Amino acid sequence: MKAFEIVDTPIEIQKYSDYVLHAGAGAVTIFTGNVREWTHGVRTLYLSYEAYIPMAEKKLAEIGAEMESKWPGVKVAIVHRVGELQISDIAVLIAVSSAHRKAAYEANEYAIERLKEVVPIWKKEIWEDGEEWIGGQKKYPNEGR
Amino acid sequence: MIKVNYFARLRELTGKSNETLEKDNITVQDLLDWAEETYPGFGKDTIHVAVNEEYALKEDVIQSGDICAFIPPVSGG
Repeated sequence: MKAFEIVDTPIEIQKYSDYVLHAGAGAVTIFTGNVREWTHGVRTLYLSYEAYIPMAEKKLAEIGAEMESKWPGVKVAIVHRVGELQISDIAVLIAVSSAHRKAAYEANEYAIERLKEVVPIWKKEIWEDGEEWIGGQKKYPNEGR
Repeated sequence: MIKVNYFARLRELTGKSNETLEKDNITVQDLLDWAEETYPGFGKDTIHVAVNEEYALKEDVIQSGDICAFIPPVSGG
């Protein structure tokens, strides 16, 4: 595994948790983003993710560097899966360790917010009656917006 | 010549993942204008361009040999 990576296979939580754990770490936070069945009353059948992989991995590593600068001493791993994902599958995992819990919680939340802003990854939602790439021009089926 | 990559909605719109353009010394804005003209519905106003895997500004100049990517609004997570 790499500390910052895009994968096309199921994400194993333990691997990333073990990676960030070390003798000086008193806290490890793990965030997983999972495929949700219902969004705004619309039922998702499955999702399809796509990434510009080399740039995405580079941007994930940059987020890791930002975290280490803001919360000195944290150790970070971030992984995002691409391809077809079913309900409840893990799409993204962020593991952070720190000496004390506050930094691990705060840095972890920072990572997901930054990921959603800058990392070139795209999600397509597939519904019973259609599909759409999610992004700026978001619209919901039957709502015409 | 420059290589351009398409992802997500843009890959489906253009029907291709990448292509090579016989262009040199053009700005990012020129590239976006070309894309909008070539592929109606491209939506250039919402799209960022990465040059050699780094976000570029509209006035940045693209040189021969650069690898570009059109980045529609991201939706990871």
